[in-house]
Amino acid sequence: MINLRAAVKISFRALRVNKMRSALTMLGIIIGVMAVIVMLAIGAGARKAIGDSIASMGSNILIVMSGAHTAGGAHLGSGSLPSLTLLDAEAIVDNCPAVQEVAPMHNGGAQVVFGHQNWTTQITGSTPSMIAVRDWSIQRGRNFTEQESKTAAKVALLGQTVVDNLFGDMDPVGQVIRIKDVPFLVIGVLAPKGQSMMGQDQDDSVIVPITAAQKKLFGTSFPGSVRMAMVKAVDADSLDKAQEQIERLLRQRHHIGPHQDDDFEVRNLTQVMETFQQAVSIMTLLLGAIASISLLVGGIGIMNIMLVSVTERTREIGIRMAVGAKVWDIRLQFIIEAVTLSITGGAVGILIGIIISELVTRFSPLTALISASSILLGFGFSALVGIFFGFYPAYKASQLNPIDALRYE
Amino acid sequence: MSLIKIEALVKVYQLGDVSLRALDGISLNIDNGEYLAIMGPSGSGKSTFMNIIGCLDKPTEGKYYLDGIDVGTLDKDQLADIRNKKIGFVFQGFNLLSRTSALENVELPMLYNGLSTKDRYDRARAALKSVGLEGREDHHPNQLSGGQQQRVAIARALVNNAPIILADEPTGNLDTRTSVEIMELFVKLNRESGITVILITHEADIAAFARRVMRFRDGHVVSDEEKRK
Repeated sequence: MINLRAAVKISFRALRVNKMRSALTMLGIIIGVMAVIVMLAIGAGARKAIGDSIASMGSNILIVMSGAHTAGGAHLGSGSLPSLTLLDAEAIVDNCPAVQEVAPMHNGGAQVVFGHQNWTTQITGSTPSMIAVRDWSIQRGRNFTEQESKTAAKVALLGQTVVDNLFGDMDPVGQVIRIKDVPFLVIGVLAPKGQSMMGQDQDDSVIVPITAAQKKLFGTSFPGSVRMAMVKAVDADSLDKAQEQIERLLRQRHHIGPHQDDDFEVRNLTQVMETFQQAVSIMTLLLGAIASISLLVGGIGIMNIMLVSVTERTREIGIRMAVGAKVWDIRLQFIIEAVTLSITGGAVGILIGIIISELVTRFSPLTALISASSILLGFGFSALVGIFFGFYPAYKASQLNPIDALRYE
Repeated sequence: MSLIKIEALVKVYQLGDVSLRALDGISLNIDNGEYLAIMGPSGSGKSTFMNIIGCLDKPTEGKYYLDGIDVGTLDKDQLADIRNKKIGFVFQGFNLLSRTSALENVELPMLYNGLSTKDRYDRARAALKSVGLEGREDHHPNQLSGGQQQRVAIARALVNNAPIILADEPTGNLDTRTSVEIMELFVKLNRESGITVILITHEADIAAFARRVMRFRDGHVVSDEEKRK
């Protein structure tokens, strides 16, 4: 059997002889591999963005909403019925073993003023457990206490965007801001979290004790009622159990009969995100499949050029056979040539794919993430294309009759 | 034992409805170390005979023993192996690989029998030296004269130490002076290395270098003369 190093050397020489032709043949593979790499990178980027936003929301989260108010046949939105109360929230954390923490929330938009600066933002009234539920951390200062939460203390935690807009470079901790003309003492600054999946700036918010929000800022249609509560389950596997326990508990607490509709709603956000992520995966697969069609076309290009090459080199094949080349020596030579074409094209395609992904990340809202596995896939695929489409021409070459091949002009 | 033993060899080509008997029952022996010229007009079957002797083609009927091996029973790869080890070809049109140096052309047969790069290089250089082409290793065929190209082809035929050289009109493309040089090279190889040389020609003065001359006509051997020196 011919040794591999010699065979590779022969194929490189053959490809160098027809530089333009080799380059054009490779172009098909280059474009195919590049398209596959970029599509996979964009898909991976989208999946990661969704994953990040799930993580930034806090992990293992359920949201309990007040029910929808129905007035004269018209459904108002979720949370319009003041069915959920602070006591419900406490009951959930006390009675549902699958629940770790609960943060009831009562929120609204308001203008915040400090000195000559003002900024309109989202004010969230909650309990100290809010920080833990949302996996938030406090960058400076401190969280408010259980005591402050219960007594409607006028203290506030600021998100980074609010700090930037009201204070600039100044340290806000210890300063007094006015929310709806009510003075609040800034006791802490939240660590930046960035955008949520919906593009909302999560740092554009102020957190105050829930009682303060209810009594001093937004009022309640029913004493003690909250719009919603965020629930953190013990772990990811207990989300469904926690949901079931909360539903049972609230139906009991709200005296809802077996055939009556709930006056509240429990949402599993992770599930929503997973659906989202699945959709992105399917999309990526689809785009990847379309991209691989161009890889296929590139492969056919290789086969075409290899067939031409076998015809042109009939005499060379005859000479090689006359001096003792066996069937597989000839086959291997042409397969290696096809694989050299496809792998070189694949490598260039991967390189250009990486560059394009980098450009996409830098100059478009999309993030493209190149993974080692997609590079390996691109490389493997191009090698496979070479072997697959090189085989027939190689087979044809090996079946030539040496006498006819030697006489071929 | 004869190096080549042929018994009632028949080769029939089927051309549509017509069948052509290119070789029609040839029997002969060729011993080790002979220098044989085969002459005959075109269509006499001498090229067909050459192809069969060279293991490039198989007979329709009859037996061909090379070194005691019944060639008719071998498959494609076994024939390739015999060509590689026992037969060196020299063609009228040289049949060198263009865009490939003289050295690499000579290395070609060794690519297919697993010799190391170093051995290939050393033996190819030695073979080129033996045909008087030392210093031309890196020349490509288009940088060499016809006579030099044919010497490269002879070096290629020698490099695997094959006991037989088959030369098909080796001087057909060469001028008289160069032809004589090539023929003298064959004589030297035959005499000094004991290589069996079988050559096809239709020129009597080229055949005159051989010790045994055979004439073919219409698929038969019409004469077989041994010269006494």
